[in-house]
Amino acid sequence: MNTPSPKQNPTPRAANARTVRRLLIVVVGMFGFGFALVPLYEVFCDITGFNGRTKNEQAVVNQRSIDKSRTINVQFITRINQGMPWEFRPEVRSVRVHPGETKVVQFYAKNLTDQDMVAQAVPSVAPGQAGLYLNKTECFCFNQQPLAAGSETLMPMQFYLDPDIPKHIHTLTLSYTMYDMTAHTHPDVLASIKAEPTAE
Amino acid sequence: MSTAVGEMTNHDHHHHAPSGFTRWLFTTNHKEIGSLYLWFSFIMFLVGGSMAMVIRAELFEPGLQLVDPHFFNQMTTVHGLVMVFGAVMPAFVGLANWMIPLMIGAPDMALPRMNNWSFWILPFAFMILLGSLFMDGGGPAFGWTFYAPLSTTYSTDSTALFVFSVHIMGISSIMGAINVIVTVMNMRAPGMTYMKMPMFVWTWFVTAFLLIAVMPVLACAATMVLTDKYFGTSFFDAAGGGDPVLFQHIFWFFGHPEVYIMILPSFGIVSAIIPAFSRKKLFGYSSMVYATGAIAGLSFLVWAHHMFTTGMPVGAEIFFMYATMLISVPTGVKVFNWVATMWRGSISFETPMLFAMAFVVLFTIGGFSGLMLAITPADFQYHDSYFVVAHFHYVLVSGAVFSIMAAAYYWLPKWTGHMYDEKLGRLHFWCSLISVNVLFFPMHFVGLAGMPRRIPDYALQFADINQIVSYGAFAFGLSQLIFLWVLIKCVRGGEKAPDKPWEGAEGLEWTVPSPAPLHTFETPPEVK
Repeated sequence: MNTPSPKQNPTPRAANARTVRRLLIVVVGMFGFGFALVPLYEVFCDITGFNGRTKNEQAVVNQRSIDKSRTINVQFITRINQGMPWEFRPEVRSVRVHPGETKVVQFYAKNLTDQDMVAQAVPSVAPGQAGLYLNKTECFCFNQQPLAAGSETLMPMQFYLDPDIPKHIHTLTLSYTMYDMTAHTHPDVLASIKAEPTAE
Repeated sequence: MSTAVGEMTNHDHHHHAPSGFTRWLFTTNHKEIGSLYLWFSFIMFLVGGSMAMVIRAELFEPGLQLVDPHFFNQMTTVHGLVMVFGAVMPAFVGLANWMIPLMIGAPDMALPRMNNWSFWILPFAFMILLGSLFMDGGGPAFGWTFYAPLSTTYSTDSTALFVFSVHIMGISSIMGAINVIVTVMNMRAPGMTYMKMPMFVWTWFVTAFLLIAVMPVLACAATMVLTDKYFGTSFFDAAGGGDPVLFQHIFWFFGHPEVYIMILPSFGIVSAIIPAFSRKKLFGYSSMVYATGAIAGLSFLVWAHHMFTTGMPVGAEIFFMYATMLISVPTGVKVFNWVATMWRGSISFETPMLFAMAFVVLFTIGGFSGLMLAITPADFQYHDSYFVVAHFHYVLVSGAVFSIMAAAYYWLPKWTGHMYDEKLGRLHFWCSLISVNVLFFPMHFVGLAGMPRRIPDYALQFADINQIVSYGAFAFGLSQLIFLWVLIKCVRGGEKAPDKPWEGAEGLEWTVPSPAPLHTFETPPEVK
């Protein structure tokens, strides 16, 4: 505005504009890349089992023989997120299984409030490597759990360990964290909870 | 107030500039904008420094005495943000503005108007950030790393202002970086080939690429925090299918290159000063260039060493451990080159050289504690302790900040046309050198003994060392007032500086008069 800019021939200006355009593409690209990290991270964790991800889908029933030579201690931990007013615990703290052997474990949940609520349990496995070898043929964590005010329920989880589970794993811990999904649930779904008979 | 006031009297025939404030508001001159950046960063250095004084006063004794914990958290958070984005980065941009055109024989930066914008949005960013401290509920208190869910679920409403100010700082940095790259690529004087560029230009050139690569990623992280908090998304909320660990991955994908953004220009400064005062050519120029590139490239592969304790698989921990250690190779090349440059040189110890030599020693100490932190099993012990605080203050304060001070002393004669007061400069150096070590060295020990960072209280057995650290902090803070005094004195007058005040200095910047007139190299110099 004030300084007479040192004008050379117009070619450097064109060159500058071209360089700026290229650099702006990099900037926009990296901004996009930042957001692309979100799905990339999901895919990466699902494939590798990093970060304690379990295969959160129904597994086929075990077709392979049970490896009686090994016994693995499977521990269960439950957590309630941020003071959510539910009671949530496993019926047994741990089970000992042979790789390939199918077990059912029950989890107990009770809605301590006078409001109908919907919850979602999110699993995590430690050590992270074991996550890929934990196959769940049935799990309450596959779906959201509606629970009417004051009611309680037993939720089953059926699993087996892949016989290919690495030799150095002797203990694995499966942790469930229960999240309150009521605020994210459609009002119609909430209204229908009462109609359902409460468990037991 | 400014260095360029003196120049005006000599050169006002060049243009009919508006006077007073609008002159600075509308300026597109790289030297004036450089001065604005440098003064701004110095003010931010004092602001961030006074927050550090609050922190150290609270930690002077165990127990809670001066401030409540929530305010303490705001101080640690905003101290970090102000020092990183307000003091160190703008100081480097200011040096780049002043020196890069002079060093490559260009008349100005390539994009002068954008240059004006990239500076003038910065004060607003920091007004927003600092203003948020006075809101109900206080300013950001989640650490400068703003980890989710601290910054989403548990933060106050000032988070929106925090995110907005980070966006503005990011835009400013990106514009500054684009300007540097375009200037270096298109405005070099005839004969100034890439491999003839001074190291400061090279390191800034590489830094600028790091900036445009990672500042957008920081903007992503900040935007996701904003939408998670206010618009119901679940990027980092496990209840909605997100993952808080993802935040750390995105943040540190920005954050690790960011720490090299704050140190590479230092390498350039030191590579200019050490040869000048050793009266020798820089040892291994081309290996310096390649080492800079190698450090920049590796910086994208090591981010997860900040997250060893998040429960990563062992394989990943080992990868990030070795990748991190690999960085010490090119960094070692640089340190050896500086030492080799001094070897059998005829060294004189003016203030810039003192700061540069202190940089080499103290930055190396910071590098070694960094290597210790890189060892995964050891990191489980050191993580989030004062050992980490000691480490990054060694590389940032006695590293980056010392190099900026060295640069200021080295180029002050060129900027102001006056020699600074050498006696005061040395006083500033020795006070800073001693106090910075009293301040940060004992932190290693309390850290190893288990004192956690970011906590306003501590166990009784840490009391003695914390008291020593606090004394060091107050002394270091006061020492910087000597620096302010030196600067003001040098701007206002002093012995007339020759065009080339340093006998062994090399480079085009010493071929123009002191003080550098507003317009230089309108006809490009010939570089042989």
